[in-house]
Amino acid sequence: MAKFNKKKSGELPAISTASLPDIVFMLLFFFMVATTMRDTTLKVENKLPYADQIEKLDKKDLIMYIYIGKPQEAFQGQFGTESRIQLNDKFADLVDIKAFIASERASKREELVPFLTVALKVDENANMGLVSDVKQELRKENALKINYTTKKGDISENR
Amino acid sequence: MAKRSAPEVNAGSMADIAFLLLIFFLVTTTIETDTGLNRRLPPIDDQEVEPPIIRQKNIFTVLINGKNQLMVEDELMELKDLRQAAVEFLDNGGGTGEEACSYCQGKKDPKSSDNPDKAIISLKNERETKYGTYISVQNELVAAYNQLRDRRATELYGTTLKEMEANYKDVNWIGNKDALKEKIERVKIEYPQKLSEVQ
Repeated sequence: MAKFNKKKSGELPAISTASLPDIVFMLLFFFMVATTMRDTTLKVENKLPYADQIEKLDKKDLIMYIYIGKPQEAFQGQFGTESRIQLNDKFADLVDIKAFIASERASKREELVPFLTVALKVDENANMGLVSDVKQELRKENALKINYTTKKGDISENR
Repeated sequence: MAKRSAPEVNAGSMADIAFLLLIFFLVTTTIETDTGLNRRLPPIDDQEVEPPIIRQKNIFTVLINGKNQLMVEDELMELKDLRQAAVEFLDNGGGTGEEACSYCQGKKDPKSSDNPDKAIISLKNERETKYGTYISVQNELVAAYNQLRDRRATELYGTTLKEMEANYKDVNWIGNKDALKEKIERVKIEYPQKLSEVQ
C-alpha cells in the first residue's frame, strides 16, 4: 500500500534559479571582454618558458610577433620536425624576416616606427641556433627592441 | 479601443542561450601572454672601431653548452647559484683610486671586478642550447641586476626601484615626477646593465 509520506514541515524550500541567467550573463560578458581573438593561427608548437623578472608589454598594436618552434603534428609531414619560423600565418625562412619587418613598418604611422618591438615567442624546446640567426637578421634590419615573451613563473619549471 | 495585453514571452530558455554563448567564448578565448624579458640588441656598426681593451677581471663569462650545462668563469655551476655569483661579481668593487666604488658592499677582491660600471657579463651559448635554459640564464642575470638596484634604491630613497617605476608610470601619482625620474636614473647609472652576448 503505497502511501506517500507527507512532507515534513520545515524542509528547505527549493532554491530559486531565477537569477541564474544573470550570473551566466555576467560570466559571458567577462569572457567577451577578456577575449582577444587570435589574428594568426599557430602552426608551430609554442610552449613558452617561464621567467620571473618580467616586464609587461604595453601598446599591443606596436608589436611584431615572430613565432619559433617545432611544426605542429598536422604539418610535420610537410615541414619536418625541426624548429621553424612562423611569420603571420605562414612558415617562413630567415630571408623572409626582412620583408616582414619592412611590411610591418610600412603599415604603422611613421612616428610610431621607432617604438616597434619584436616579440619573440619561442618554444622552450627550440634550439638557440635558429634564435641567434633570427636575432642577427633583426640586427641587420635595425629592429633592435626585442622581447622574449615568457610566462610568469619560476625558472625551475623550464626543463 | 479594446486593450489587449501582449502575451508574456517565456524567458525560461534565456539561461540556455546564455550558456551556449558562454561556452562558445570559453572555448575560443586564449588569453594572450604579453609579458617577457625586454632586451636591446646591439646595432651593427660598419665602421671599424677598435674595441676597447677590457681587463679580464672585469669580465664575467657565462657559457651554456649544448647539453644545457653552465660554465661560469671556467667552472661548472648550477643554475641556482648563478644569481648569487653574478651579484658578487658586480658588487665586488675591488677598484682603487678613481675606480673605487663607494656604494659597493662586496668583498673588494682585487681579482674580481673594479666597479659596477666596468663589470661586464658576457653570455655565450652554443647552437644546440635549449631556449628554455637560455631564458633561465637571462632571467637570473637580470635578477642579479635588479637585486642590486633594488638594494641601492632602498638605501638611497627607502623604496624599491620597481615601486618607483610604477609610480613614474602611474598617472594619478602625486609627487614630483622629474625628481623621481632623476632618482631612477641615478640608480640605473650606479648599476648599469652591461650584458654582452657573443655572436
